[in-house]
Amino acid sequence: MSDRMRIMLLLAPAMLIIVVLFFGGLAAGLMRSFNYMPVIGLTRPNLEAYAAVFTSREFYLSFLLTFHIAFTSTVISSVLAIGAALLLRRSFIGKSVINFLFQLNLTVPHIVGAIGILYLFSQSGSFARLGYHWGLIAKPGDFPALVFDPYAIGIILQYVWKEIPFIGVIVLANMQAIGQDYESVARSLGASRWQAFRHVLLPLIFPGVLSASVMVFAFTFGAYEIPALLGQNYPAALPVLAYRKYTDVDLAARPEAMAMAIVIAVLSAVMIYLYLRMSRRKIRG
Amino acid sequence: MGPDPFAMRAFRILTGVLLIVWLVLPLVPLAIWSFARGWRFPDLLPQEWSLKAWSYALSDTSGVVDSLGLTIGISLGVTVLSILVGVPAGRALGLYQFRGKQAVELMILAPTIVPGIAVALGIHSVFIALGLTNTIPGVMLVHLVPTLPYMVLVMAGIFANFDPSYEAQARSLGAGPVQTFWYITLPAILPGIIVGGMFAFLVSWSQYILTLLIGGGRVVTLPLLLFNFAASGRNDITGAIGMIYILPGLLILLVTARHLSGQNGAVGGFGRL
Repeated sequence: MSDRMRIMLLLAPAMLIIVVLFFGGLAAGLMRSFNYMPVIGLTRPNLEAYAAVFTSREFYLSFLLTFHIAFTSTVISSVLAIGAALLLRRSFIGKSVINFLFQLNLTVPHIVGAIGILYLFSQSGSFARLGYHWGLIAKPGDFPALVFDPYAIGIILQYVWKEIPFIGVIVLANMQAIGQDYESVARSLGASRWQAFRHVLLPLIFPGVLSASVMVFAFTFGAYEIPALLGQNYPAALPVLAYRKYTDVDLAARPEAMAMAIVIAVLSAVMIYLYLRMSRRKIRG
Repeated sequence: MGPDPFAMRAFRILTGVLLIVWLVLPLVPLAIWSFARGWRFPDLLPQEWSLKAWSYALSDTSGVVDSLGLTIGISLGVTVLSILVGVPAGRALGLYQFRGKQAVELMILAPTIVPGIAVALGIHSVFIALGLTNTIPGVMLVHLVPTLPYMVLVMAGIFANFDPSYEAQARSLGAGPVQTFWYITLPAILPGIIVGGMFAFLVSWSQYILTLLIGGGRVVTLPLLLFNFAASGRNDITGAIGMIYILPGLLILLVTARHLSGQNGAVGGFGRL
């Protein structure tokens, strides 16, 4: 058996699943979003669903909210994760215990974190109760709305909670692989702590931070259950809106849901493209 | 003149403590709620403790035990399928250079970035025609989309360090293909199968929207049950289910924490839990 044949046979089952389910799912969504579905007699594709989506105020509000959630969560998590990695790369007493606690939520599903955030930050949650005991508020309604709120603070808090260790573990491994020699050289040549970090360490760990950030951004842009649990009703995050449209009793709304799913897919494709371009430029430059 | 070293040290300890407290904090009220009998505003701790939520969750009527069994079954099945399909693909990508390899890698990695809901709506409309919606096999098939890439990724890494000449030697000494696989290949790639398998299990274990859509609310895994109880305000039972739900992940973390490093491509899997 030739190598070519062997490679094709080895790859065939995995590629079949990826191509049929993943790319097939995308293609089916795309066709449906153009109102094209020969099986049920729709043979003339059109742009009605996109016209409906792109002229709806709710879609733009929803898109902006989702972008705000993904962008803010990614930036805050990345910055804090770099800080956490800087702390954890030092040697100190009890390091293995602290490392374990740092990684504790890596395997805790997002939805559990979302419920935890709800119990901490809702108007009758733990922090509101503390506020009452310290005489800061007199009743639950006095506590600021941090969940189901227009700025999606609860959702962002949940993502920041969950993604700090995720990005942190990747950055920490990067830092350990790089070692401290480059920074020591910079320091001995008169660089300040900040300069050694900004001009020596940060450029070295940047590719790792970037790839983790891309994953976090795409995930937070497309996740359903966290905004469904912690988000306000209107405008809802884009995945929540798409799911609602899809499960609407009015079947005519389904192509609109598909169009929103395609918008999410296109945005994540753009992320992959930008990431590949940036990481190549980094390697060349 | 640098900053005062004592102040720097105090700052580091303070931020470190804050960080760890923040990372553990959201799990605390969940655990407390599961043992609380009513926990009204503004009590900082429950007035009365009780095992009621736990005995309800573990009773036959609540459906939690059935759901737990279903979730374990689905995740184990998805893990086995991921291993069977992912190991050969990992071998192809780890051992061989070939034309179009980059394209194949990109296609296999795409599901790790593109959100599930973007493909799940399309898959749903196809699964309706195939009669796979609202069924357990349908849910397991759709779970393969997020689990398979990590399995392939881990196995490609393992096979990149595997020397196939050992297999050739075994064959030349008279071993059949099955014997060669069992005595030569499997022991060498077993660590990868274990790590990749645990990832596949956890990724399937944490799926919400794919199960909700393809299962149509009929295939009620633990996260769906958890969401329903949380949304209906049954905090004590939510707490108990939540504690049960995070157990496999914490056990796996305990086993793997020592070997965990960002160099391992599998860490990416955590982004999807």
